[in-house]
Amino acid sequence: MNALAVLAELSGNVNAMGYGLAAIGPGVGIGIVVGKAIEGISRQPEAAGIIRTNMFLGIAFTEALALIGLVAGFLFV
Amino acid sequence: MAGAEQMRMNTTFIPLSGGEPGEFTPPSIGEFFPGALLFEGTLFEMSRINLIMVLMTTVLCVFFITAFRRPAVVPRGAQNFGEMALDFVRINIAEEVLGHHGRKYVVYLATVFFMLFAFNITSVIPPLQIAATSVIALPMILAVITWLIFNVSGVRAHGIVHYLKANLFPPGVPKPIYLLVTPIEFVSTFLLRPVTLTIRLVANMMAGHLLLVLFFTATQFLLLEATGVIKIFGLASFAMGFASTVLEVVVSFLQAYIFTLLTAVYIQGALAEEH
Repeated sequence: MNALAVLAELSGNVNAMGYGLAAIGPGVGIGIVVGKAIEGISRQPEAAGIIRTNMFLGIAFTEALALIGLVAGFLFV
Repeated sequence: MAGAEQMRMNTTFIPLSGGEPGEFTPPSIGEFFPGALLFEGTLFEMSRINLIMVLMTTVLCVFFITAFRRPAVVPRGAQNFGEMALDFVRINIAEEVLGHHGRKYVVYLATVFFMLFAFNITSVIPPLQIAATSVIALPMILAVITWLIFNVSGVRAHGIVHYLKANLFPPGVPKPIYLLVTPIEFVSTFLLRPVTLTIRLVANMMAGHLLLVLFFTATQFLLLEATGVIKIFGLASFAMGFASTVLEVVVSFLQAYIFTLLTAVYIQGALAEEH
């Protein structure tokens, strides 16, 4: 059986795959944001407050993509 | 525990018609469109979610009125807690982001924060079991108000021409690049900001609710319907449901915080002298 035939045999909801793909980028992104924030805090503990605020901002912007992926799965059925 | 579990099943499944015994039905989008409970067919038709909104608004009002009805110099009990909560918004959000402008906007920021937190946390309170913010209406209205506030503050501070110029034509860019930059800035500042505010909140609360329903229905199904070794997975599912409940509490707080923080950041961006 060649690859195309295997693909044609696949069944189920494509939205789940779409969400999986949409989660890759934000997953990596949030990892980088939080990792760098912790690095910053451990280098300069006195700046923890402002770094934490900015970390949450960064997470919020990055996470939006994954959430749009989730909503799109429900919208474009 | 069995009773509480049963009640949870019943409350989450009011809107669903399916679910034959012996057959697993995963949660669907229909969860968020429950049927009418009060005043059916009139303009004031109310579903479970609307009733939760009314209830939580009452709870919030009663809490803040009792906390600050007779303020004492040395706060105790409810007043102490209320002051701590308000100080969190004033110091950690308003003054940290907006500086001396913070005082003026702390009223709106505190309203948004406590409203969203109260409406989010209902997703884990047993008889309610759904976040009032998991339907789009409320987050959308708050996002539109935020959009109006930051634009009006910007226009008031700089005048409409200067405000638009600072937002749409950032300085220090070569002239031809404006063809590319201006539309992007316009879309991201004036169109996408309220949209992402809305979607971030709704999708978070929606996902949290679906996760909880999935794990607890799976627990019930696996423990009651499945046979043999498979029953053990019911316990694993219950553990995941418990963990998701804890996560949902954190998410409720975090989403209220992020919505408020972003509102403050947008206002700060509009008020700032140069961009």
